[in-house]
Amino acid sequence: MHHEEVFTDRNVNESSAYYYVDIENYPTTGWDKFKQVVKRTFSGELFVGLWVVMREMIKFDIHTVQYPMEKLPIGPRYRAVHKLLRLWESGYERCIGCGLCEKICISDCIRMDTRIDENSRKEVTEYSINLGRCIFCGYCAEVCPELAIVHGQRYENASEQRAHFVIKDDMLTPLDMLKAGQQAEYPGFGAIIPGSDESVKKTPLAY
Amino acid sequence: MNEITITIDGRAIKTQEGEYILNAARANGIFIPAICYLTRCSPTLACRICLVEADGKQVYACNAKAKEGMDITTTTPNILAERRAIMEVYDVNHPLECGVCDQSGECELQNYTLEVGVDSQTYSIKDTHKPAQDWGLIHYDPALCIMCERCITVCKDMIGDAALSTVARGSDAIEATFKETMPKDAYAMWNKLNKSLIAPNAGDKLDCTNCGECSAVCPVGALVSSDYQYTSNAWEHKQIPATCAHCSAGCQISYDIKHTSIVDTEPKIYRVKNEWNYVSLCGAGRYGYDFENRNVSKDAAAFIKALDAFKKADTIKFTSTITNEEALILQRLKDKFGYRLVNNEALAFKTFLSDYSAISGKSLYSGDLKAVHAADFVVSIGSALKTDNPNARFAMNNALSMNKGAGLYFHPINDPVVEGMSKNITQFNHAPMMEEAALYLLLDLFGDKDHMPASVVEYLATFHSSKTVTVEESVDEKVTETVVKKVLNEETGVEEEVSEEVTKTIKKKISKEVEVDDNALFALLNAPAGFADTLTKYLAKKESFALMVGPDLYTHPNSANCARLVALIEKYTSFNVTMIPNLSNTLGVAMICDLDAECGNYTIGYNTVGNFTLSALGEGDLDMPSLNQQEGTFTGIDKQVNPTNAALPYGGYVLNDIANALGMNAKYTVEYTAQLPRSAGFKALDFDALPNHYTNAGEEVRGYMLDIQDVATSGDESVKTFDAAKAMNEKVVYLANPVLQFSPFTARAHQLQSKGGLYVSASAMEASGWSEGDRVNVKTSRGEMNVAVIKDGKIEGDIAYLPTFDTEINSEALFDGYRFASVSIQKV
Repeated sequence: MHHEEVFTDRNVNESSAYYYVDIENYPTTGWDKFKQVVKRTFSGELFVGLWVVMREMIKFDIHTVQYPMEKLPIGPRYRAVHKLLRLWESGYERCIGCGLCEKICISDCIRMDTRIDENSRKEVTEYSINLGRCIFCGYCAEVCPELAIVHGQRYENASEQRAHFVIKDDMLTPLDMLKAGQQAEYPGFGAIIPGSDESVKKTPLAY
Repeated sequence: MNEITITIDGRAIKTQEGEYILNAARANGIFIPAICYLTRCSPTLACRICLVEADGKQVYACNAKAKEGMDITTTTPNILAERRAIMEVYDVNHPLECGVCDQSGECELQNYTLEVGVDSQTYSIKDTHKPAQDWGLIHYDPALCIMCERCITVCKDMIGDAALSTVARGSDAIEATFKETMPKDAYAMWNKLNKSLIAPNAGDKLDCTNCGECSAVCPVGALVSSDYQYTSNAWEHKQIPATCAHCSAGCQISYDIKHTSIVDTEPKIYRVKNEWNYVSLCGAGRYGYDFENRNVSKDAAAFIKALDAFKKADTIKFTSTITNEEALILQRLKDKFGYRLVNNEALAFKTFLSDYSAISGKSLYSGDLKAVHAADFVVSIGSALKTDNPNARFAMNNALSMNKGAGLYFHPINDPVVEGMSKNITQFNHAPMMEEAALYLLLDLFGDKDHMPASVVEYLATFHSSKTVTVEESVDEKVTETVVKKVLNEETGVEEEVSEEVTKTIKKKISKEVEVDDNALFALLNAPAGFADTLTKYLAKKESFALMVGPDLYTHPNSANCARLVALIEKYTSFNVTMIPNLSNTLGVAMICDLDAECGNYTIGYNTVGNFTLSALGEGDLDMPSLNQQEGTFTGIDKQVNPTNAALPYGGYVLNDIANALGMNAKYTVEYTAQLPRSAGFKALDFDALPNHYTNAGEEVRGYMLDIQDVATSGDESVKTFDAAKAMNEKVVYLANPVLQFSPFTARAHQLQSKGGLYVSASAMEASGWSEGDRVNVKTSRGEMNVAVIKDGKIEGDIAYLPTFDTEINSEALFDGYRFASVSIQKV
């Protein structure tokens, strides 16, 4: 039901889906302009359009997306509301609390609280993003060294207030979803560039 | 010191002869990488990255001294290769946990790795297991340590605790092939690094005065404050330049602030940082930062009561933990309403200063701690140095360790920390009340007797007598002996006995009777045996002399005489004299306020108890801002007026509001900065015009120096004799604070919270059979109190002391002004 045209070849020629739209020259003299107005007013094109609507209505062939019952799939590089991911095997939070997202954020809307936990590790006790200020630039996801913060697909973030916070609980993958394999990896901002391995210089090891 | 010209990378620069090349370069904005070097401390030569070429020869910039006409190149292909290899070696096995490391980018390893451009690794070695260690206030992660040894260096050369040293790392040997293939200096540096780690001398925990300077100088995140660990990233802090409010040293610090948490957006101080190349902090300065008066709002009812109280009052009693501006407001209130201003310790200091001026003709003492740092013979009289003013102690230690100096420490309480400063220091644990004898001794030993008042010279002569002592001397003596030897007769092949005369030199001990000068002052001051000889050794090649005198003299029953003696010492010896003011701004208060001795009928107490109490400690009738919530200036020991800024917000009323309500007119307290009395040496400078930083050359650009005024003198230089019979040889108690505490404000800081008690040395505790926590009754002629016994490992001897930082213990009530009092202590 979703219509897709192949726009892979972006050159305008006969074989591609792109073509020049045939546009008549604009009238220049007053008389020509008057003739164009009269022609357009009485040509009956209006009824052509009305007929198409009428016909499709009767046929019940609806082309619009039935939002919110139906949503368009979103490209993987789309930058919607953030998610905090967990490690697949252990279930630990990926976030190490380095604070780079907080630092790089150009609208200064990320904050985190950290502390030293019982295992002497840095623990992120709370994490918040003010979506009211967030411009969804994707820098946080890009700078994250652990692929912990990513942009998810949830773009509905209407709020009654300008300040609209999401906190760690909202963003972190729940453990049951992780176990059910429902955590998604996003190939968008911040994901590892394919072929990164080749560009890394190896460090010698004495083992 | 002569000024010389050297050339660095083609740039001619001027510097002092004998200055290290590195310092000369830094002072002139020329970059030479260096990791292990600390300004004011001895070069460690651990990192070797400061290699430069001087007159065609490779030298280390941190320990090569500049000579006239020297031509220095900071980079040659070989030096660049060495630096690259050194940084690669530092990166070997360094954990890639920069994301969580508390250094969070303020990392010299990171900086130099990028500066040198390390983008691949050549070297490797098997890693060892090095678990992180908790040393108390400090956390050590050996895995992050790069063994620059700056912590060890600063602890020894600056602080004087020498609490750290290296221990074996237990690592494999470096692969032999590297020795041939890698640059020479990089290999030597690796070889050293690979052998050692840092450890406290006392075992698992640090046994020191907890200054935390080791964590400040650490170039990586190996040594961090345990409390700060993982709470914040360095870049999140806003740095508020300030002056430490705890003691008279007036150290420059920065309060690092950030919002408390996501939920609570009020700013909070996370840590204190210092320019460790130029100023060293004590533990109170470093850890005692959160003493603010929290959650205060404008309490209008209390304010009206305060105004009523001011109308009723005839006295304002206050402590010296206030700014110069507040002191001026109090003085203006006195001018306007005739209040008595009572501050006993500032009055004692003020009186001492004026008694001193009567002979010296100057309003202030000549010396400062910079002069002590530069001196090679340092004397301290009348101060429990390490707790009265830790920076004065650092200065003394620095002078002794860096200038091949020697020192004398006159104080009744034996201090193992002072003992540990140097081999060349002698402690005189004289009886209380004998401070004058110490001052006389200095006049006797160093005074210019040709110019000194004749009465003093005569009096000093009475202490000298000649006595005959038997000394043992070893003498070389030639002895001729007849030795019978068996010699093989080569012709006959038979052994024959031949006698032969042999001359030998043997050392022989003989006793000799000699006439020596006997100085009775030595015995009066409990000098160690043989001190006269020790002193001769100390004084060899000494050029600059510094004397520090402390609060014991200001409160001394004969303080006027002490002050006059100090003035004579300054005048007739080559000593540069520094006086240690008791509290943060005692000097400022003494210069600004006309103080009175006695309270009247109705007293307003400011940070001290009165009929109506204004308090920044949060327990008074009206709240006041504490010193990290105020802007203003302090006058420190160096006679310098240092600005401080408000690190934290404060919502309540300030002293200026009261002054305005009483008819004065200033929008902000700092409007008084420019009005500080010029007659006392202050300058008419606005608060906002006062700088507060250090330059690359280490020059202190902070506030301004007080002008020393000339004071008319009568020409009377007579001093009183002292009475040796007044020496308090009985059991005494002292009034002092333990390490890390100065006032109730330090005790408010969450890392330093503690309860006071009677502080007793370990040996005295054992001798009296007490154990920590026992309650004792301390009784002096002025009263008695019941306190807990606390062990202080940083004193020795029998004298116990009572603190002033704990508001629940009113120690001052037991003392009659003087810091020592006869005491009887009974266990209950």
